[in-house]
Amino acid sequence: MTDSLMMVLPEEILSIGSIVLMLIAAWGGQASTRMISWVAVAVLAGATIALLGPASSGGVAFDGLFRADAFAAFSKVLIYGATAVAILLAPRFFKQTSGDDLRPEYPVLLLLSACGMGMMVSAGDLLVLYVGLELQSLAAYVLASFMRRDTRSAEAGLKYFVLGALASGILLYGISLVYGFSGSTVFPQIATAYGAGHSLGLVFGLVFVFAGLAFKISAVPFHMWTPDVYEGAPTPVTAFFASAPKVAAMGLAVRVAVEAMGPAVDQWRQIVIFASLASIIFGAVAAIGQTNVKRLLAYSSINNVGFVLVGLAAGTQAGVAAVLFYLTVYVVMTLGSFLVVLQMRDAEGQPVETIASLSGMSRTRPGLALAMAIFMFSLAGIPPLLGFNAKLAVFDAATAAGLYPLAVVGFVASVIGAYYYLRVVKVMYFDEPVDAGFPKSGDIVEGGLITAAAVFVSPIGWLLLAPLGLATMAAARSLF
Amino acid sequence: MIGLTHYLVVAAILFALGVLGLIANRKNLIVMLMAIELILLAVNLNLVAFSAFLHDLVGQVFAMFVLTVAAGEAAIGLAILVIYFRGRGTIAVDDVNRMKG
Repeated sequence: MTDSLMMVLPEEILSIGSIVLMLIAAWGGQASTRMISWVAVAVLAGATIALLGPASSGGVAFDGLFRADAFAAFSKVLIYGATAVAILLAPRFFKQTSGDDLRPEYPVLLLLSACGMGMMVSAGDLLVLYVGLELQSLAAYVLASFMRRDTRSAEAGLKYFVLGALASGILLYGISLVYGFSGSTVFPQIATAYGAGHSLGLVFGLVFVFAGLAFKISAVPFHMWTPDVYEGAPTPVTAFFASAPKVAAMGLAVRVAVEAMGPAVDQWRQIVIFASLASIIFGAVAAIGQTNVKRLLAYSSINNVGFVLVGLAAGTQAGVAAVLFYLTVYVVMTLGSFLVVLQMRDAEGQPVETIASLSGMSRTRPGLALAMAIFMFSLAGIPPLLGFNAKLAVFDAATAAGLYPLAVVGFVASVIGAYYYLRVVKVMYFDEPVDAGFPKSGDIVEGGLITAAAVFVSPIGWLLLAPLGLATMAAARSLF
Repeated sequence: MIGLTHYLVVAAILFALGVLGLIANRKNLIVMLMAIELILLAVNLNLVAFSAFLHDLVGQVFAMFVLTVAAGEAAIGLAILVIYFRGRGTIAVDDVNRMKG
């Protein structure tokens, strides 16, 4: 029992931390917001440090309900890091934006969401999977509608809630079928049932479970909520949605696919390949006509999820390692892009979101324009930036598994995607400036984070390829 | 004799009704919340029926968890609905269209 409690130490730190902070928020009120934000970041750092202990030892806690392996630990580092960035971004955004102030509940909700995401990537049982997913989702619905006086934010929250609840319902229906026809909710026993033969009920369960998960990672054909929610939610929340929950849901999908439904690889591979190609092509084509930067990045995230699914479709150890590597690079690129979007403000300090307002940024804010150009080139997958290595890794895994058509079509479709990323660069570097440009923020935290993200995806990041490769391989090995 | 199949068919019909209620409903957002509850109840019926059929308690425990989470979900849904209504003065589904594209 004590062993089990030690293995879930990060989750304990997060849940106890968030409850204590909630109490402080209840007594301290609005004035305590800044202090609670910093303590929340410290709690996330503490949870990350706790991963060094038994939480990453490869143990099984609570009779198989919970996995504390290298795969979970790697995903959790990404999740906690992205959550911490989302907390750090918020104070200045809410202070400068007219309307609602930042409330102390914001970091608390993010901590609870991070706790749920940690449970998702560690789940060894369908029940833990469901509870973790709901903890993440319920916090996310509230976060999307956090600017209560902004009708767009409320609408984003409403859409996210209705479609997210539908997704949870579909996933749950699949879970009930899998439980009924395999007789268990523990992953290894479900795998045994799938290995013994695919009854119709088991196949139906698999389809429903994957449909529910596709919703959560916003893969086509279950992507329709993404652009609206990304546009309407406050920008720091959007940055969070585009990073941490994607890692968690993808980690969960990998774990379910490999550990619970590994013997049914031929069944789920068809679904994953379809979702992957549809996401890559739709994400690329639908983004072309967009004028809003946040919507553009929403389609970009749909597009990128397609590439991540290419790695999952391979279904091999190399494929899983490629998925983790892609997610790492993707989280850094996306957070970097949203950090730049946060700097886009008019002379009064109000946020602007049109792509046209970026015009001539290379002259008014050369450093920021360079960082944005690096992120866009990297998202497009142009060497020598790290986004290219990530795409190479997933296609490499797919061809090694014999999925040549998938790799070829995905590769061709990534060229379409390059168009709209390059359009942003063209607007920044070749269009005439419309006005004096965005006012300088002078915020050290945001400036430092943008620089760090840009350096990571730039060729200097190649220095990190070797240790990152070792870490992702070790994480993938723990699943097989 | 009522067997497992009967329960599964009823649950499947309830689930389909719930999904249809979400997709085909063009009137009222409250109806959508009710449709979500219907989906979750269909799942619970499935779980309990399987649990009784398999002589395995896990399904019933699962159903308890689903009930609890559904309560939380409904609370959050209604809260979001209230702030939406405050801002817009309507809860008609067709009016949820500030963002398009």
